[in-house]
Amino acid sequence: MSGVLDPRTSPPFPIVAKTMLGDSQLRKNVRHATDVIQTKRARVVGEMPDWQALREAGRQIRSHTMENLDFYLEELERNCTRAGGVVHWARDAEEARQIVVALVKESGSDEVIKIKSMTTEEIHLNPALEAAGIHPYETDLAELIIQLGEDWPSHIVVPALHKNRQQIREIFQKKMNLPELGERPQDLADAARMFLREKFLRVKTGLSGANFLIAETGGVCIIESEGNGRMCLTLPETLITVAGIDKVLPRYQDLEVVLQLVPRSATGERMNPYNSIWTGVNAKDGPRNFHVVLMDNARTEILADEEARQTLNCVRCGACQNACPVYRQTGGHAYGSVYAGPIGAILTPQLQEMHHAQSLPYASSLCGACYEVCPVKINIPEVLIHLRNKVVEQKGVSAEALAMKMMGMVFMSERRFRAAQRMGRMAEVPLVRKDGQGVGWIGWLPGMLGGWTQVRDLQEMPKETFRDWWEKRGKDGK
Amino acid sequence: MRVSLFITCYNDTLFPETGKAVVRVLERLGHTVEFPSGQTCCGQMHWNTGYQAEALPLVARFVEQFRNAEAVVVPSSSCVAMMRDHYPKMAAELKDERLMAEVEALLPRVFEFSEFLTKRLGLEDVGAYYPHRVTYHASCHGLRNLELGDGPMRLLRAVRGIELVPLEGLEQCCGFGGTFAVKNADVSSAMLAEKTTAVLNTDAEACTACDNSCLMHIQGGLHRQRTGVKTVHLAEILAGDEVGR
Repeated sequence: MSGVLDPRTSPPFPIVAKTMLGDSQLRKNVRHATDVIQTKRARVVGEMPDWQALREAGRQIRSHTMENLDFYLEELERNCTRAGGVVHWARDAEEARQIVVALVKESGSDEVIKIKSMTTEEIHLNPALEAAGIHPYETDLAELIIQLGEDWPSHIVVPALHKNRQQIREIFQKKMNLPELGERPQDLADAARMFLREKFLRVKTGLSGANFLIAETGGVCIIESEGNGRMCLTLPETLITVAGIDKVLPRYQDLEVVLQLVPRSATGERMNPYNSIWTGVNAKDGPRNFHVVLMDNARTEILADEEARQTLNCVRCGACQNACPVYRQTGGHAYGSVYAGPIGAILTPQLQEMHHAQSLPYASSLCGACYEVCPVKINIPEVLIHLRNKVVEQKGVSAEALAMKMMGMVFMSERRFRAAQRMGRMAEVPLVRKDGQGVGWIGWLPGMLGGWTQVRDLQEMPKETFRDWWEKRGKDGK
Repeated sequence: MRVSLFITCYNDTLFPETGKAVVRVLERLGHTVEFPSGQTCCGQMHWNTGYQAEALPLVARFVEQFRNAEAVVVPSSSCVAMMRDHYPKMAAELKDERLMAEVEALLPRVFEFSEFLTKRLGLEDVGAYYPHRVTYHASCHGLRNLELGDGPMRLLRAVRGIELVPLEGLEQCCGFGGTFAVKNADVSSAMLAEKTTAVLNTDAEACTACDNSCLMHIQGGLHRQRTGVKTVHLAEILAGDEVGR
């Protein structure tokens, strides 16, 4: 895998997907990991008698927040400042990068320890830090694997899901200089712990994302499984949190709902092992300087689109990815963005203001499995269709658009429809081959339709349509 | 009952046997079937591919054909899902209040075929005979949008002579997805390969479903692999009786 996961430069989904489909090891790893998570998720969701009511509560909290986002953001800023934090506003990725780089420099450090943050991946912060002479150390185990393996995340929650244990061991052996490294999970965890501990104790500046921002208290919440995140939040002298403006929750009590929904959906756990909430600074403990960078980066544009607004309700649990039959075949890199799977297919094109990633809204069979598992009930298929319409309107005239227009006209008249049926029967004649039983099959179709006959045959059209049969039947007096 | 049949453009053109089977079952149960001849397409292909302008006028066309129906029966779960999930919104988008009201009044009378039998008529045994080994694929739209549940299975279990075998990964999409099968042919093929493997593992003679679009996809794969396993719409199984055709 080469190149940054960047929608501006990534080839269209079908092209990258084809490469990924050829990687049988990757597909095996993705299949295995998503199967394991889905089985666990089904079990712990099944334990909840009020799961559907919880989902609805989650949806309502998130929708209400998005409808009043300006209000809650201002409340958040007020309360965060009151607690001793400093709030910075970034309109786009470039501004966010500049703010963070300046803050790190101000902290006097040329190294930062990082807790997994998809937002910083979204804005390609690590390359910007490195360009400024600052070395970022990822501390989430999966992100560490990605960083050492010079790879890219392929899942929102389990970024290294496409790697198996043996591949991870090889990366650690090479990059940590541990030729004798064992192959038990414990051995790998021990190696990572030793590697990271030294960074935790030495590096004075921390960089984090946020699962939630709490308007009522000005607090920031991170949920995780390893405790490495908590080290980044508590050990450094300076802590910089980068978050999209969509991460806000109105009240502290709203955590009651989301902290039940997210871990069950994300990793099949009843609760995350580490739930950290920090609010401002405290003279006796934790970082002395605390900054929150609130980033828009196209989110207000998504907010303005009534039909797509629900995209921002996402709590980044990744359940839609695990359930998606398309993601399960290709893994995350095919989506050309850090946000992969169904949520990526709707989020990425909107973050890019629809100029890039035009193939992503079509990277779905609209099977609805994503909607079924989403803990805040984002109707992803509905948003996909909405975005497809935007793509079509932007594209204007094309062979497909002309064909669709013609078909549309055909369907507006019974006479034209019948004529089209007759024409279809004539047009297919040269393509039909009879099989042993005398049934006609088409094994090759021209142009765009050729995608169909790649692995599928098509039975020839019947000689008589249903409506022809129905009319004849009437005449026979039956 | 007077039942109006919406055959769908797909079934009319490619799968007339399904329509004939629906007529046979309904008439055998003592209902009168009518076929409004001006009907064409529900607009699903256009709508789902992003061609909203082409799909919108088809809502009014559908209402015009079926506004007086006692019940509309459709042998396709995805077309019914299209209507239920999108027609109200489409009518609203057209800013046509009369159409909105008519859509709202008509939709509760529109049923997918198996749904009509189990939910509207309260039937499980429709007097069918089909002496074959069969496996059932739950189409995504029937499963998730229409929430058909085990309705189709209950109908199948009541069929005399049938040997039903469960399909592994029943709830997994077959990979059709309309224009998805062409626009993302490689991924669609990979999804299909899993489905056909599951079908072949059942040793069934036929795979059935409530939607011919999924079945055409599965059939296309099974035929390319020269397996001899057939696909058959649920209505065609229920239409089979001991008297024969």
